[in-house]
Amino acid sequence: MRKWLLAIGVALGLSTLAQTGKLEIFSWWAGDEGPALEALIRLYKQKYPGVEVINATVTGGAGVNAKAVLKTRMLGGDPPDTFQVHAGQELIGTWVVADRMEDLTALFKQEGWLQAFPKGLIDLLSYKGGIWSVPVNIHRSNVMWYMPAKLKEWGVTPPKTWAEFLATCQTLKRKGLEAPLALGENWTQQHLWESVALATLGADGWANLWSGKLKFTDPKAVAVWETFGKVLDCANKDAAGLSWQQAVDRVVQGKAAFNIMGDWAAGYMSTTLKLKPGTDFAWAPSPGTSGIFMMLSDSFGLPKGAKNRQNALNWLKLVGSKEGQDAFNPLKGSIAARLDSDPAKYNAYGQSAMKDWKTNRIVGSLVHGAVAPESFMSQFGTVMEIFLQSKNPQAAANAAQAIANQVGLGR
Amino acid sequence: MRDRITAFLVLLPSLVAVGIFVYGFIGQNVWVSLSDWGKNPAQALALRPELRFVGLENYRELFTGFVDTRFRQSVVNLIFFTLFFMGGSLGLGLLLAVALDRGPKGEGFFRTVFLFPMALSFVVTGTIWRWLLQPQGGVNVLPTLFGLPPLGFPWLTTRAQVLVFDWNQLPLYTAFVVGLVLLYLGWQAHRAGEGKRRFWSLLSASVLLLWAFTLGRHVQLLPYPEPHGFSLALVGVILAAVWQMSGYTMALYLAGLRGIPVEVLEAAKVDGASEWQTYRHVIFPLLAPITLSAMIVLGHIALKIFDLIFAMAGLDYAPTDVPAIYMYLLAFRGNQFAKGAAIGILLLLLVAVVVIPYLASQLRKEVRR
Repeated sequence: MRKWLLAIGVALGLSTLAQTGKLEIFSWWAGDEGPALEALIRLYKQKYPGVEVINATVTGGAGVNAKAVLKTRMLGGDPPDTFQVHAGQELIGTWVVADRMEDLTALFKQEGWLQAFPKGLIDLLSYKGGIWSVPVNIHRSNVMWYMPAKLKEWGVTPPKTWAEFLATCQTLKRKGLEAPLALGENWTQQHLWESVALATLGADGWANLWSGKLKFTDPKAVAVWETFGKVLDCANKDAAGLSWQQAVDRVVQGKAAFNIMGDWAAGYMSTTLKLKPGTDFAWAPSPGTSGIFMMLSDSFGLPKGAKNRQNALNWLKLVGSKEGQDAFNPLKGSIAARLDSDPAKYNAYGQSAMKDWKTNRIVGSLVHGAVAPESFMSQFGTVMEIFLQSKNPQAAANAAQAIANQVGLGR
Repeated sequence: MRDRITAFLVLLPSLVAVGIFVYGFIGQNVWVSLSDWGKNPAQALALRPELRFVGLENYRELFTGFVDTRFRQSVVNLIFFTLFFMGGSLGLGLLLAVALDRGPKGEGFFRTVFLFPMALSFVVTGTIWRWLLQPQGGVNVLPTLFGLPPLGFPWLTTRAQVLVFDWNQLPLYTAFVVGLVLLYLGWQAHRAGEGKRRFWSLLSASVLLLWAFTLGRHVQLLPYPEPHGFSLALVGVILAAVWQMSGYTMALYLAGLRGIPVEVLEAAKVDGASEWQTYRHVIFPLLAPITLSAMIVLGHIALKIFDLIFAMAGLDYAPTDVPAIYMYLLAFRGNQFAKGAAIGILLLLLVAVVVIPYLASQLRKEVRR
């Protein structure tokens, strides 16, 4: 009798709770970004109260430390149930080619995500006929930040092209602004480079660079470094010692006029510095890139051999849902990857980015893992160092091409 | 006999553990460094990566490959860092020890103050010094306290290099330096009257120097000149490292100074030695073994330095790069595991060059006793 009761109890428990067990979520979201992840986890717990969620966070901006820990775990045969990864080649070039991920195409079809996400994004997530991760948010890389009041004071307008930018830079230098462009440590310099490259090559040229159709040593690509060198002349000389926040601070304090940074800068200025988007600080696409949305995205994938596969699949469903994305993104300071999210939940910057996300041409970021594999990306820092040391566009282009050949870019 | 068996049995667990976890993994690392792990992205992080043997290809790339110029700069950085860090710590440590040995007021207090930095971790030291060395603040504004203009040196953010040389000249310089060292050893053997040692040292020295001045000039590692030099950005790092470790050398030297028998010093005084002569001919020679121990300790710290630079300048800043950092970048960011392993082996060899002669001489001494 008791056995029967137990069996019925278990059966009832299973059908009401549907899921039990554990779910380990591996990410690098801590500190400022922690609350956004927690909101998503709370939502998950409401839906699946029987599941114990393990929030395995490894701190360090852009996942610098988390990625190393993840590699050790994966090599040791102990994958987390799902992990955060930059959507695109950072996932594909490292984990998909090594046959460590499950194809999620079926999930995308079942949830109707092929229509919910823009096609440009789906293309960046796809490789060899599969779709490999679920994007939770979208950040924009090619944004130029400035203080409208300061620009008015100096009598300049935000430049629309790099030629205009260089002219504006000279004007500002004459007015006694030593470094009109605020710049930070190495990766922010690479970040600036990708905006210059996108403007110089155009969206198609940029895509061709990563598919291997356009060589780095092509005169058009070498020209990127030439422009980049001129732009660097407008920047502060102590860049290497500044974090991206400190570079933004220079603009806020009026020591510099412009900063090119991803749109997490909007979150920093509105949340941390309490500035009002649109009035205290303003933004424009980085020079020469209007109509193009250079995106990067955090996404979650499903590694082969995940111990709690069904729980992980439920997590992915939540991550891709409208409900999940609108809970996560307003807190994170990013926008939803979906096209149907609710603008009322976002601030002025978010609303403007959402409009661009729906209408602009979408391309992927290099520095943030969308278009090139890690083997290229990590050595691109060396290319940057070669250029900064030698100031020689051809040398930098040669080095970039040598690395591209070595890692088999576009193959 | 039974004693021997028990001794062996007692030692066995640690022998096995060390055999597997130290030498076994060193061996595995050697094998990885001779493989192509990471060249093919499909194998790099596969569940069971298939490695192919490629011989010394990874090492060749590091020293002569086009894209690994950053590794070469990091080696140059490491050498300069080690030299200046050891010199600075030993010099400052000796100075402090001599000053404290003369028994000033508050000796115990100062001894503790000077020794304290050693209790910090390199990460803490690095973070503090990064703030102190900000171009617009910290150390640079110190002179304004005395009404002087602030310093303009950009410390960690400079890209300037001094003592620049062409990488192609490296074999030449190496042969030259090693030759000089051998000459010096020969000279010592000559003074000690050890004929056999004198002969071999002089012979190998002359062969090396002869090679350096004839064939060595025509060795071309790279088809183009590649300048490397001492990055001035390292000055700040060296400053922080010396600040941290000079207290340690001070403690060593102080112990040494206290260990010198009073009779010896008094005998020197009776012989009419001046204070400087006492230091030069009595105290410093007696401190030589301590200098050697300190050099070994500092040397291997310097060669393995990672955390201090990580905290001060980050991983991505080539002017302060050292091989350990480049190894981390290649292996854990770029998935180039084989090349990372090769750097690891090179670092092991470098440390071995410093430590093994010391251990050997210590062992020999013990046998003699």
